[in-house]
Amino acid sequence: MIEYLDFHLPVLTIVVPLIAAPLCVLLGARTMAKLLSWVVCWITFGLSVWLVAKVSAVGKISYYLGGWEPPYGIEYAIDPLNAFLMTFISGMGAIVLMYSGPSLSDEVPQSKHYMFYALYLLCMTGLLGMCATGDLFNVFVFLEISSLSTYALISLGKTRRAPLAAFQYLIMGTIGATFLLIGIGLLYQMTGTLNMADIGVQLESYRTAGVVVDGVQGPPHWEGSRTMLVAFAFLTVGLCIKMAVFPLHTWLPNSYTYAPSVVTCFVAATATKVSVYAFIRIVFGIFTPTFAFELLPLDTALWSFSLVGIFVASIAAIYQTNIKRRLAYSSIAQIGYMLLGISMANQHGLTAGIVHMFNHALIKGGLFMAVGCFALRLGSVHLDDWRGAGKTMPWTSLAWATGGLGLIGVPVTCGFISKWLLLTAAMENELYPVAALMLVSSLLAVIYIWQVVEVLYFSPPSEKAKKATEAPLIMLVTTWVVVGATVVFGVWTTWSAGLAGDAARVLLGGGTP
Amino acid sequence: MNSFPIIRVVSKLIIPYILLFGLYVQFHGDFGPGGGFQAGVILASALILYGLVFGLPAVQEVAPPRVIEKLIALGVLIYAGTGIATTLIGRTHDGGQVPANFLDYEALNHDVLHGFLPHGQHLGIFLVEFGVGITVTAVMTMIFYCFAGRSRLFNEKASA
Repeated sequence: MIEYLDFHLPVLTIVVPLIAAPLCVLLGARTMAKLLSWVVCWITFGLSVWLVAKVSAVGKISYYLGGWEPPYGIEYAIDPLNAFLMTFISGMGAIVLMYSGPSLSDEVPQSKHYMFYALYLLCMTGLLGMCATGDLFNVFVFLEISSLSTYALISLGKTRRAPLAAFQYLIMGTIGATFLLIGIGLLYQMTGTLNMADIGVQLESYRTAGVVVDGVQGPPHWEGSRTMLVAFAFLTVGLCIKMAVFPLHTWLPNSYTYAPSVVTCFVAATATKVSVYAFIRIVFGIFTPTFAFELLPLDTALWSFSLVGIFVASIAAIYQTNIKRRLAYSSIAQIGYMLLGISMANQHGLTAGIVHMFNHALIKGGLFMAVGCFALRLGSVHLDDWRGAGKTMPWTSLAWATGGLGLIGVPVTCGFISKWLLLTAAMENELYPVAALMLVSSLLAVIYIWQVVEVLYFSPPSEKAKKATEAPLIMLVTTWVVVGATVVFGVWTTWSAGLAGDAARVLLGGGTP
Repeated sequence: MNSFPIIRVVSKLIIPYILLFGLYVQFHGDFGPGGGFQAGVILASALILYGLVFGLPAVQEVAPPRVIEKLIALGVLIYAGTGIATTLIGRTHDGGQVPANFLDYEALNHDVLHGFLPHGQHLGIFLVEFGVGITVTAVMTMIFYCFAGRSRLFNEKASA
């Protein structure tokens, strides 16, 4: 049994939720589906923890689907980077599902619950699959699985605007996915392979050695070819849409605002991070940093868009009175920090980008979970209705405040770790203005978090807040597990920053740890 | 369209052949062009034609939405289940038993009724295509139900 699980670990992590999703539909009963998805989520989390432990011990793991060797068949390639992502995606998935019960009953009609569980598991399958696979086309397929289920999940929202928000996301998401597909098609046409590692090798030899035509060695093409350039453009822009990078972020605020609270918790914590992961994979694994950052000015483009995005989105967040929308804008800003780290393309920068994916997943997950508690008890996510809720819902309010400190980047929270690493990287690259702007932008986070804290603790209670009671125990406990984790990983960084550091080393071409 | 005798008669004549052709594309897919997706669409088109001519209630009596919903899930389960089955069975290599990867159809080799029943790669493809066929038929039909169920015009005509 142990041997069996160990051998099939990479694929089981994805197949277990994939099989559970149709089972939820077949069962059809609400409680059965709930029980099944709970068990399956924790099993998946267990498997991915096992996977990350195995990767840390033995290095890269390959699994050939159907026994076909790459580059002909589909390969699941697990290294520290995607094992790290898979762990926190399945972890957040499991904990949010545990949290979901009361909130779900409040916001989604009971008859649709089994559908929710099926979609939730499918979404998790898609996100985990995108991480695990080493095949570029497979990335697209899993991206579509996760996106389509996310659209459906968002449209489950309470208000009539939820389907509209889902539709907006559908349009933007489809454009992004289509761009990705065009880019993949061009690369496939050029190299004749879909295995990411193999495409990387082919492109590299094309650039440095040239191609052999009829036995005659052609000249090297340092600049790459036009096909490569166009493919690169399509892939990066497509993924930027899915990541919600600043000028392409328009789908995000509405989707996060009108989706059911539980869905927002899960999607905000995981979905955009996986797109960032795919972006890292494509830039570092396929095109190499030399092509992206030295021949092409991707680094300048990235950090300028990131910085503008951080400022615009943070300022926009300050003016939102709907808390979910406020956090949604904050998410757009936070993506900026991740990309800022990636654009540095050095050990510290990349580590910062990767570890911030994890830290932000915890912080934003925790904050949205607190919002879900408020939404359940106050029936509103409007700032005015939250006045004075600190007195009647002390634990939830404290969770908000603690999570908020993490978002700002106060020491002893995990937000500090990412910002510190980012600052180190900026100093190393002598990008002093970037470093300064980054620090200033943290002050904007102080404003939009503090406004809410002030309303919660120092305002006379609103009608709704007076009648409110503390959130149900299960929601409170799970919220605090996540919020507590932001503090734990702010103090104990061996695992998170260590693993992210390993991942960065592998990406930058260093040996496996 | 219930009141047009020619359409009714012709579609009644044609539907069995559409279904037959769908099954041919499904089960011949492992030898020639075709497969689960195409077959699923063809099979669903028979149901949709029936629905267009005889009305939504009539087709929903043949294929109730609840059943269709379960079939969507069943197809996926057959596909993924085949993969799990291969990992559980394992493959024989040099006389010894070695683990087979997910969807490694070599695991499905057997000696029962050799030459009559499909086995190995053939059986694997057959099973997953069967799953695809079921899901595609069901999804296409469900899409039709969703749109047709929304149209007031259609419902009036169907009840008329």
